[in-house]
Amino acid sequence: MEIGATVKEPGSTRRNKTGTWRTFKPILDKEKCIECDNCILFCPDACISPEYEINYDYCKGCGICAEECPVKAIKMERER
Amino acid sequence: MTLEILSTNRAVAEAVKLAKPQVIPVYPITPQTSISEYLAQFVANGELEAEYIRVESEHSAISACVGASAAGARVFTATSSQGLALMHEILFVAAGLRNPIVMANANRSLSAPLSIWNDHQDSIAERDSGWIQVYVESAQEAFDSILISYKVSENKKVLLPSMVCLDGFILTHTVEPVEILPKDEVNNFLPEYEPEHAILDPEKPMSLGTFTDPNYYMEARYQIEEATQRSKKIIEKVNKEFHETFKRKYNFIEEYRCEDAEIVLVAMGSLCSTLKELVDEFRKEGKKVGLLKVRVYRPFPHKEISKAIKNADKIAVLDKDITFSMGGALYTDIKAKIRDKEIYNFILGLGGRDITPQNIKEIIEKTEKPEKDITWIGLKEES
Repeated sequence: MEIGATVKEPGSTRRNKTGTWRTFKPILDKEKCIECDNCILFCPDACISPEYEINYDYCKGCGICAEECPVKAIKMERER
Repeated sequence: MTLEILSTNRAVAEAVKLAKPQVIPVYPITPQTSISEYLAQFVANGELEAEYIRVESEHSAISACVGASAAGARVFTATSSQGLALMHEILFVAAGLRNPIVMANANRSLSAPLSIWNDHQDSIAERDSGWIQVYVESAQEAFDSILISYKVSENKKVLLPSMVCLDGFILTHTVEPVEILPKDEVNNFLPEYEPEHAILDPEKPMSLGTFTDPNYYMEARYQIEEATQRSKKIIEKVNKEFHETFKRKYNFIEEYRCEDAEIVLVAMGSLCSTLKELVDEFRKEGKKVGLLKVRVYRPFPHKEISKAIKNADKIAVLDKDITFSMGGALYTDIKAKIRDKEIYNFILGLGGRDITPQNIKEIIEKTEKPEKDITWIGLKEES
């Protein structure tokens, strides 16, 4: 650590993996998915890619994607 | 050597002028005010090239110090009592960001009841802020301590702020002969501050004072602990260099007739001058009394204290402050580190209550025949 916790490179926030805050983890069942893109549009952390890959480094497990999925393809599972 | 007859506040301002800070944010408060007035005068006269910021409070004064120091400037401020209390929040920021700020604190009691007179409660209340604390006994010591403090604080192994504590009125407004050191010699002793870890430079972008989650915070705090421990060696080194250059010797502590003393009085600040006189009087009466003055309070010099009192039977610690139900701060610190001595505590001089030779005689009697651990001295009978 730098003296005085000084941050000497830009963009260091990316190293802060906020996904560690998560209690519930969204699991997408691609078999059920109808590719409506609701989850991508509603995710407040932009954690779902156009290919429907969930970025667990930053997903905080809010569950909005599961709520908005019209075919219930996303399940929220408790983190262990 | 040229001696000038100056108040301690003036001596502090003269030392600051020689240290050449680039930014001076300061808010007036009794009994520090004349330091800020002298500095304002020096800047207005062109004697000191600095940005003098007339802030709206002490909270802003120290905040501006932090900002300026983070930009790479050498800074100075001064305050007292309620002003220091208002700075409380930012004192921790200054230490955490490792800003080598130097401040003079004119020791004054804290309200309520409101008092403008001297005791040590204001700076003692800030002892955990991460600042180095030095308590001075005279105008000359105040002058020298400002220069020493800059050199210690700005050392790359330290990078911690320093507080030079001088007793309100007893020192601040008392006029004494002071040697003002020659400019070129001070420049050699204290070259310009060369900031590395914190500087406003578009070529070296950096973020200061960022948010840290539990992954980082504890290490940052531990760095302050390590720097404080390291500062002991640096203080020793700077004291030695000061002695070689300017022929005045300072240490963490000062021993006065301690080596064969049966009772050693321990105190800080201007009270020590009175105590030296009284030690001589006790010695004439055949009482083996000595004095141990604690000059550097943080980092706490417990090894030096332990060595100085090793031959004594009993220790009397005199505190101008109180940690309620536990005694004075110096007493609790000494008790925590020194286990094999009979140590008694005397609370005195709060809110400017005079400390008389009679009080000290009472302290010696009560140390010879102790009734309790902690005794308040000089209380009026009606209370």
